[in-house]
Amino acid sequence: MDFISGQELLQLCEENSCRISDIMIQREISEYGASSEEIMERMKEAYRIMKEACHKPLDEPVPSIGGLIGGEAKKVRDRRRQGKSICGSMLSKAITYSLAVLEVNASMGLIVAAPTAGSSGVLPGLLLALEEEFSLDDEQIIDGLFTASAIGYLIMRNASVAGAQAGCQAEVGAASAMAAAAAAQIMGGTPQQCMDAASAALVNLLGLVCDPVAGLVECPCQSRNVIGASNALVCAEMSLAGIRQLIPFDQMVDTMMTVGRSIPFELRETALGGCAATEAACARTCQIFKN
Amino acid sequence: MPSISIFDVIGPNMVGPSSSHTAGAVAIALLVRKLFPGSVKEVEFVLYGSFARTYKGHGTDRALLGGMLGFETHDLRIKNSFKLAEEQGLTYSFVTNEKETEVHPNTVEIHLTGSDGSFMSVRGVSVGGGKVKIVKINGVDVDFTGEYSTLVIRHLDYPGMVAYIATCLSERNVNIAFMRLYREKKGATAYSVVESDEVIPQELLEKLREHEKVEDVMLIQV
Repeated sequence: MDFISGQELLQLCEENSCRISDIMIQREISEYGASSEEIMERMKEAYRIMKEACHKPLDEPVPSIGGLIGGEAKKVRDRRRQGKSICGSMLSKAITYSLAVLEVNASMGLIVAAPTAGSSGVLPGLLLALEEEFSLDDEQIIDGLFTASAIGYLIMRNASVAGAQAGCQAEVGAASAMAAAAAAQIMGGTPQQCMDAASAALVNLLGLVCDPVAGLVECPCQSRNVIGASNALVCAEMSLAGIRQLIPFDQMVDTMMTVGRSIPFELRETALGGCAATEAACARTCQIFKN
Repeated sequence: MPSISIFDVIGPNMVGPSSSHTAGAVAIALLVRKLFPGSVKEVEFVLYGSFARTYKGHGTDRALLGGMLGFETHDLRIKNSFKLAEEQGLTYSFVTNEKETEVHPNTVEIHLTGSDGSFMSVRGVSVGGGKVKIVKINGVDVDFTGEYSTLVIRHLDYPGMVAYIATCLSERNVNIAFMRLYREKKGATAYSVVESDEVIPQELLEKLREHEKVEDVMLIQV
């Protein structure tokens, strides 16, 4: 069983009366000869690592290698604990955990690239917040991760998830689409609603450039991960409310790649433009490279 | 087009911060370590392109050394690899080469000296998402990824070598997925690279070494 587009995926879901996650697991079994137990064990391990990365910097914040980030997740958590969050508990937690994973990543801690290391905070950030806020269990979240992997697979196959090729829209944008579809399924959405949520996520982040300060995966990557998780949450909310997307997922994947190709070289992970080229960023870059 | 697994999307499980500059660096060095027989006394990493410019901020240096110590991409000891290398008496150095620009942006050449004085140089490329390939061994262009069980045979470019290797494999029921021969010039040193889906038996290496034109056999077992 294989599929190469969102349309084919939806058709398979309909024919077999099952969810996107079920189809993705079937594909893995037929393409790689893995057993469903092996696949489940590997995904459990991935989610265990994700959760650990969400929690670790809250109690033990450490500065990043480049020194641009460290301690942000704890600040947002502490403010929420004081009852001061203006985002509400769900979004505040998603922000906290997305920030946390990027802190772990930038200090050479253990993370799961999802789909890349630079966008590794989006999925865990949103999904762990959902799990806690709605008292879900790990199995439901893991189902969502399989749905996310189907979306990520289609973007990798039909476009790109490399910032150097197609900008941040391809990294955080892809992660956001994956998280939106996962959240929609976890909260009871149909396969069509999952695809619509993913499509909306790509629409909202279309054109986002990759402009890491000093070439490091720290700033603005960390706060971009937060926007990826937040965007996924609102896209899932809209889709679950029955809002349909004009542009199907497959067409958004194609146009994301077309836009990616027209993003200038300076804004594709070269640290030559965008945030990286601002006066403040250049000053910090000089400091970092002097040491 | 190579197929994409669930765990190519949700994965690899890795020490950050970058799949190409950190996880890929670990993977290249680990492959090179597996290629080198015996213990390593000294290692020099020559960094090119983006690796040369950003290696400190991405922990590429610690990642390369970690791979050389046998660590995988998710091994947390990578962060302490300088100290661990010193404890093991492994001498290491990092050199940047920004003059040679006709290379993939994420390229490293690893120069190894063994305890017995033997020397090997291997060039690897991190192609994105933690995926890597080996592109040069001792100056000869090659191309393999280490995703399959891989036999690397150094031999003289001599008639009948491919047939000999293929016979040795077939006698042991090892199915060849891919096989290629790389050479600099006719009659000089050549490398045959065999990739297989299966485990390659150690005993096969001894058999291959029996041929007088075979200089060395290396194995990366998956």
